[in-house]
Amino acid sequence: MVPVAVVPAAAGLTVATEDPRVTAATDRPIIAEFVDVHRHYVMGKDNVVRALNGVSMQVRKGDYLAIMGRSGSGKSTMLNILGGLDRPTTGEYRVGGRDVGKLDDDALSDVRGREIGFIFQSFNLIPQLTVLENLEVPLFYQGRVGPESRAKAQYLADRVGLGKRLEHKPMELSGGQQQRVAIARALMNDPLFLLADEATGNLDSNTEREILDLFDDLRKDGVTIVIVTHNPKVAERADLTLWLKDGQVEKLVDNRAAAPAAGGAP
Amino acid sequence: MIGDTMRIVRLGLKSLLLHKLRSSLTTAGILFGVASVIAMLAVGEGASKETLQQYRDMGVTNVLVRSKKPEETQQSTNASSMWNVLGYGLLYQEADRVQNLLPQGIVVRSREFQRGVVHGEHWASTMIVGTEPPFLEVTNMKVREGRWITELDMQRQTNCVVLGESLARQLFPLEDPIGQTVLIGVEDRFEIVGVLEYQGRAASPNGTTLDECAFIPLTSSRRRFGDTIRNPSTNRWENIELHEIKVKMPGPEWVESAAGVVDLMLKPAHGAKKDTEITVPLELLRKEERAERMFSLVLAVIASISLLVGGIGIMNVMLATVTERTREIGIRRALGAKKKHIVQQFLVEAGVMSTLGGLVGVGLGLLVPLGIEKYFEQPTEVKTQHVLMAFGISALVGVVFGLYPAWRAANMDPVEALRHE
Repeated sequence: MVPVAVVPAAAGLTVATEDPRVTAATDRPIIAEFVDVHRHYVMGKDNVVRALNGVSMQVRKGDYLAIMGRSGSGKSTMLNILGGLDRPTTGEYRVGGRDVGKLDDDALSDVRGREIGFIFQSFNLIPQLTVLENLEVPLFYQGRVGPESRAKAQYLADRVGLGKRLEHKPMELSGGQQQRVAIARALMNDPLFLLADEATGNLDSNTEREILDLFDDLRKDGVTIVIVTHNPKVAERADLTLWLKDGQVEKLVDNRAAAPAAGGAP
Repeated sequence: MIGDTMRIVRLGLKSLLLHKLRSSLTTAGILFGVASVIAMLAVGEGASKETLQQYRDMGVTNVLVRSKKPEETQQSTNASSMWNVLGYGLLYQEADRVQNLLPQGIVVRSREFQRGVVHGEHWASTMIVGTEPPFLEVTNMKVREGRWITELDMQRQTNCVVLGESLARQLFPLEDPIGQTVLIGVEDRFEIVGVLEYQGRAASPNGTTLDECAFIPLTSSRRRFGDTIRNPSTNRWENIELHEIKVKMPGPEWVESAAGVVDLMLKPAHGAKKDTEITVPLELLRKEERAERMFSLVLAVIASISLLVGGIGIMNVMLATVTERTREIGIRRALGAKKKHIVQQFLVEAGVMSTLGGLVGVGLGLLVPLGIEKYFEQPTEVKTQHVLMAFGISALVGVVFGLYPAWRAANMDPVEALRHE
């Protein structure tokens, strides 16, 4: 690992463009983009935490990107901004062609509801709702619940391997099954990309493998996946790994380059 | 749109069912609030209804002038021998003057005294009312059988009598009283010409009901019994010409000035002695109505306090719910819920609790007055507008007291909410 004391503002971009295998993919459209994003938390009078300190990066359609870093590296902050839960202090986060920093709360909620499919470490299903109802939650806020949403839920439940468990309560399912529900839920609104936060952190290694296999499957279908993790085993399954350190991009690694059989992105 | 509303309500019910005991206790708070509002107002209405009806029966277009026994002075108490005649009250002359002063009014005079009424082995000591034909109309009574006293009876001073309903039953339990005779006092035999319908109200301030009275022509009364009659309860001779002058005016708007005229007229003779009293039923009615409104208001305020307490209960539970479900709020926000959706969700939950409580409370509030009527024999009256008001307030309580918790839920930072354990 190369310690980088000061990285120029556009370091992420620079890394991405300098790497030939990454630039090879630039024909695919950019769906999410950080332009010199800073996120500062004012804790006290003279205590400002610079959680993100000038990050630039891009997510292209069809990417399978892992964001790695130790705790305190700015991973969570980056996840929150990527997911539209938080806004940059300065800089731009563009998703679906819109600058998220300039949106009001309702519009930001719409971004979360339409463009992003969240997958959480602790699944975050709503316990009092059945699997079907959980799947319908994102569409409900778009006012799109109906017979079609039911059919779609059934389709996605089959797709993630849940089968006929639509009427079960989350508590009646295993951890792996709950995470499958969460993945199906994330796909319900046809988001621009899936955003997974330590998606396998609460699972045993077998189940972890199953879920990562499912991600691979989805990716083959053209789903864009951004996964935030500190687990190298998870990160190396992704095509690209973005390393964060001290709120800045340390490096962008193309995992396919390391693997001899790796091919280019479709 | 309707489907979505149904979904939100169903979701609210589902969430409430997560904590069945807590939700039902909170709902009970509203339930008892609503029930108590309805029950209290029903009791209040019922209590005043009787009094109001009593005043209405006295006639809202009537002015009543009654003779009243003056307060006994020291002197007269000392002199209270059997032969000392106590003279007071209204005079025939005064009745004529009232009629002259109020030509629009119908003036009815009456004289009352206590006597035994005998038919064979049946006997009753009751109030005999000597009066005139218009009495029937002015007091709003109806004849059930036979006829009422006529002008001819007055002129001829006939010994005819009309019996009140219960008196007739007492004296003639098995026979038809019409055409039969009764003995009033010891020597005067009267023919029964009519029986009145049941009235169920008082004839005079001493509590005797109209149904217990026997009515005879005023002229006959004066001729057979005279003006000086021994009062059996005090054992004193009293000289009273008239007990009451009723004046029926053409409409309620006349009543006040008529009472003023009568008062002015009587003042010189009776002002100092205080042996007459003017009653205006309309005034009493209005006073009672005012008192009733006040009473209802006080009851409503007291009952509203219980609703307020219920509302505080809702707020308390909703605040707890919001804290407990912080994570759920975070999840929903992350999945695209806007602030208004979160507000909606928690408001509906609070509203479902208060509306359910309100509905059941209305049911209980309708039952309680029935029970009070049955077991305490206290009249009650449930008014539709009170029920609607109580239910409306309860539904509103849910919204008002759910507003702050819902607002708090909606304004949580989604990031913080998701991190909440």
